Amino acid sequence: MPEIRVTPLGAGQDVGRSCILVSIAGKNVMLDCGMHMGFNDDRRFPDFSYITQNGRLTDFLDCVIISHFHLDHCGALPYFSEMVGYDGPIYMTHPTQAICPILLEDYRKIAVDKKGEANFFTSQMIKDCMKKVVAVHLHQTVQVDDELEIKAYYAGHVLGAAMFQIKVGSESVVYTGDYNMTPDRHLGAAWIDKCRPNLLITESTYATTIRDSKRCRERDFLKKVHETVERGGKVLIPVFALGRAQELCILLETFWERMNLKVPIYFSTGLTEKANHYYKLFIPWTNQKIRKTFVQRNMFEFKHIKAFDRAFADNPGPMVVFATPGMLHAGQSLQIFRKWAGNEKNMGTVGHKILSGQRKLEMEGRQVLEVKMQVEYMSFSAHADAKGIMQLVGQAEPESVLLVHGEAKKMEFLKQKIEQELRVNCYMPANGETVTLPTSPSIPVGISLGLLKREMAQGLLPEAKKPRLLHGTLIMKDSNFRLVSSEQALKELGLAEHQLRFTCRVHLHDTRKEQETALRVYSHLKSVLKDHCVQHLPDGSVTVESVLLQAAAPSEDPGTKVLLVSWTYQDEELGSFLTSLLKKGLPQAPS
Amino acid sequence: MKLYCLSGHPTLPCNVLKFKSTTIMLDCGLDMTSTLNFLPLPLVQSPRLSNLPGWSLKDGNAFLDKELKECSGHVFVDSVPEFCLPETELIDLSTVDVILISNYHCMMALPYITEHTGFTGTVYATEPTVQIGRLLMEELVNFIERVPKAQSASLWKNKDIQRLLPSPLKDAVEVSTWRRCYTMQEVNSALSKIQLVGYSQKIELFGAVQVTPLSSGYALGSSNWIIQSHYEKVSYVSGSSLLTTHPQPMDQASLKNSDVLVLTGLTQIPTANPDGMVGEFCSNLALTVRNGGNVLVPCYPSGVIYDLLECLYQYIDSAGLSSVPLYFISPVANSSLEFSQIFAEWLCHNKQSKVYLPEPPFPHAELIQTNKLKHYPSIHGDFSNDFRQPCVVFTGHPSLRFGDVVHFMELWGKSSLNTVIFTEPDFSYLEALAPYQPLAMKCIYCPIDTRLNFIQVSKLLKEVQPLHVVCPEQYTQPPPAQSHRMDLMIDCQPPAMSYRRAEVLALPFKRRYEKIEIMPEPPPRPAQPTSGKKRKRVSDDVPDCKVLKPLLSGSIPVEQFVQTLEKHGFSDIKVEDTAKGHIVLLQEAETLIQIEEDSTHIICDNDEMLRVRLRDLVLKFLQKF
Repeated sequence: MPEIRVTPLGAGQDVGRSCILVSIAGKNVMLDCGMHMGFNDDRRFPDFSYITQNGRLTDFLDCVIISHFHLDHCGALPYFSEMVGYDGPIYMTHPTQAICPILLEDYRKIAVDKKGEANFFTSQMIKDCMKKVVAVHLHQTVQVDDELEIKAYYAGHVLGAAMFQIKVGSESVVYTGDYNMTPDRHLGAAWIDKCRPNLLITESTYATTIRDSKRCRERDFLKKVHETVERGGKVLIPVFALGRAQELCILLETFWERMNLKVPIYFSTGLTEKANHYYKLFIPWTNQKIRKTFVQRNMFEFKHIKAFDRAFADNPGPMVVFATPGMLHAGQSLQIFRKWAGNEKNMGTVGHKILSGQRKLEMEGRQVLEVKMQVEYMSFSAHADAKGIMQLVGQAEPESVLLVHGEAKKMEFLKQKIEQELRVNCYMPANGETVTLPTSPSIPVGISLGLLKREMAQGLLPEAKKPRLLHGTLIMKDSNFRLVSSEQALKELGLAEHQLRFTCRVHLHDTRKEQETALRVYSHLKSVLKDHCVQHLPDGSVTVESVLLQAAAPSEDPGTKVLLVSWTYQDEELGSFLTSLLKKGLPQAPS
Repeated sequence: MKLYCLSGHPTLPCNVLKFKSTTIMLDCGLDMTSTLNFLPLPLVQSPRLSNLPGWSLKDGNAFLDKELKECSGHVFVDSVPEFCLPETELIDLSTVDVILISNYHCMMALPYITEHTGFTGTVYATEPTVQIGRLLMEELVNFIERVPKAQSASLWKNKDIQRLLPSPLKDAVEVSTWRRCYTMQEVNSALSKIQLVGYSQKIELFGAVQVTPLSSGYALGSSNWIIQSHYEKVSYVSGSSLLTTHPQPMDQASLKNSDVLVLTGLTQIPTANPDGMVGEFCSNLALTVRNGGNVLVPCYPSGVIYDLLECLYQYIDSAGLSSVPLYFISPVANSSLEFSQIFAEWLCHNKQSKVYLPEPPFPHAELIQTNKLKHYPSIHGDFSNDFRQPCVVFTGHPSLRFGDVVHFMELWGKSSLNTVIFTEPDFSYLEALAPYQPLAMKCIYCPIDTRLNFIQVSKLLKEVQPLHVVCPEQYTQPPPAQSHRMDLMIDCQPPAMSYRRAEVLALPFKRRYEKIEIMPEPPPRPAQPTSGKKRKRVSDDVPDCKVLKPLLSGSIPVEQFVQTLEKHGFSDIKVEDTAKGHIVLLQEAETLIQIEEDSTHIICDNDEMLRVRLRDLVLKFLQKF
């Protein structure tokens, strides 16, 4: 029985290190190749030895697909392709291809230069890895090989994020990557057509949340920022350079303009200006409003937001600073945090320990930092919530759903919801666990028009979706299946037909003349075989379709007539029926 | 399968393909050469144009002098310019299911079709095609609407009167169907019917047909289309280029194995080499400016202008012209320049990699930043303040009948220092200039048409090997002006089928196969009615002769056959040789089996058991089909 097999190497009942193996109709595809933020050892990358212990991965994988540029989806790529060894194609969208190497380089720098890790991938490896990338357009059908095709759908989430359909013949799997179902200030909503895949693999980050409306969160955010700067405080917003940062910038920019505020907004240097450039050049990937108005006003050319200089942090007076990285664990955001944390007038967002209420932090060198500033946690990350996930499942109409990229408990809740409300099987394998789904693929063949017409001549019009029996010869050549009539098959194969014919001697008790016997046989058959073509030929013989009945030379016994019934193998049923019918004798003629 | 040909213009095609019960319109180009018969629409009152003498018949009858004006021996219609629409009577256009657009130049008739024929289908086009197509339409509507003209001439269109007019008015076709420009409202409504598609996207139409756009290399987002069912394939090639300019290269491989290839949109200037023309453009421009003259480049607001600006970007510094201002004047100039920078995915590899840096793909961004290139919506407003001479002005419309170009022709035409350089190939430059004669300014003709030439076409056809080629009749004979150039026509085997306006072609398809799906196991037979105690009637058992038995093939080796018979308990077997084979006699069973190369005949008594036994033994030696 054909089947689809799915094994998460990462993101199975977990967030981070997304990496899912899919086997479909003999093809093996790896979906995403991410790193785990929570680990600094071997566990930060997926365990590729699951695919093969020795030998190159190229022999075991037909292709790799990267859904978007977040490191938990692509961070292990150079390690995978250059250090473990993979030379096959890696598919991603154009914006992802543009931005991914920059984030990888950034990640490498922090790991090697700041943390001093050895045996990490190098800049050259990132470059070599990116050479294996094939960029795809939205909705383009990419033929990976003769049988395997993939297609990208818009996913929202971040610039260039895509969902992918993987298809072989009539079997298909859709992988959502990360997505959001509501448009935000800079990106549109995910969309997929009713493609009815066998399996939909969806993220489930917000499996249990029905999130409050985005407008409320935005208003809340603006209000808090505004209050802080009004009382002369400084606002630190730790962000990742690409993604939410642009959304928040647009939010603040429009707010500043509307309120006519003069308080400076800074963006920490480096990646970010560059990042805004990408958004400007990839306008077709943003939301409808930005696309429509970009000629008059490119939303990513900010008037109020300026590049940040280290010295600005000590400036007196209020300011708002976007600084990287978003987790506040290193780099500029941490430096600024240290400077500002002591003042209760200031406000900052995020940071695990601070969020959990801890007010005294131990920094390097045993220094203790007392946090007096206000700390707010605001999530703007763009994932679909439970409602959105259900909505996408409804759009695509899959046979089954498989959850990844979420916490086990929350998945359990969503799994039940999907199974109950949508009546669709739902799976949530852990890392290394395999889900197997049997499939029943259709086998498309070309039927020769001659054969089809012969079928139709029998008055049976083909009906969609209703199976029926027909006789023909299947010719398979170069993975091309053709169904032709037996005659045509013999002809194409250069074979002659062998005719098998039967002739039976049937003895009839009849004293009349041969001609009269023939006539009696004729009328008898005619009365029994109403639907058949029964003919009495001038030479005295009788035919039923192509079965021939002839009176034989007169036998010695004048009371017995011998009838020769002759038919071909193809008419066997009829011939056999006729002989057994005649064996019973002829009905008494009404005299 | 039929092809209805609604346009006679080979580069502005409009064909309707009936394919597997779907009706597909391929492009809807608008023939604007009709506007050459009209007087230009000046932006600023032009005494010269308004004082042209009325035209009168040879016999002095001047009843047409309000409608027709004479200028340097040519006669022009003094009216709102009108366009020649595709044929609307040949086929009921409300039955069109979908319209496939190949590039932004080939969609200019869209509002006429979608808004006025009862069309209810979907239009498919790529995003750059739609965005730039919208700009072209917007510009056209703006050009015409901002110079309201009271007069609308119609008398001259009367068949009996048209006969009396001088050429080319006399020979103009279908003048009664010529229409004025559409409105912006109609444009918006037409464009709202478009569904965006990407290259290599497979679009299913009613489950019967699949259409796919492919990169054609000619313009941003330009496409060729594949229209196919499971066993038939039509390729529609329209406006393709093999030159490396800014768009993504042409996808040729996907055109292979077509049953029919419809070929339109070849170069209009087969004898001119685009690279050479660009060189000539630059040197003529430099020469004029150095002598203190101005250069006028009548152009469309998108397309070749990007390439020209890129050439100038590289050229002006080395030619010492960096201080000469470049002006781009069009209501959509700004949009066009901005849009060109955001379609990274539709650009050639070189430009794409610039976006990855991230830098704008076209250098005109830098020209704008350094103030070398300035753009204005029209000559009114800011432009009049900034205007410095000598300068280079890019502006439309290339027909010289409307748009800001009319003003510059009037302004600069009288001085031989100035030059007008024609780069767009759509209009005959002599006809375009006719209403401005006599003219002192220099006229340079550097048509840049990057579309396929005949050498490239014959190479392409050899490469993709379609079974049949269909093309406009113009491509099956040398151009009228160069009738000896047998190389300037399509040469293929079998010869191309040609079409002309208002013709219907039956496409030579040989359908051989249809798609069905087979199941791994046969469906369950309908349950036999279980015979109860009631005696069955004889006729209940009448076999259904619709059940086909397989054909047999192979031959029967007599010796082995006899051995098999013996093994199965037949004795007393005698074999006789005949002319064509053998006869096996089973004397005991009074049975005779004739065996020949291609046939076997079993002649026996009416003993079904025996017959079936013998049959099975024979079948052992044969293959079933």
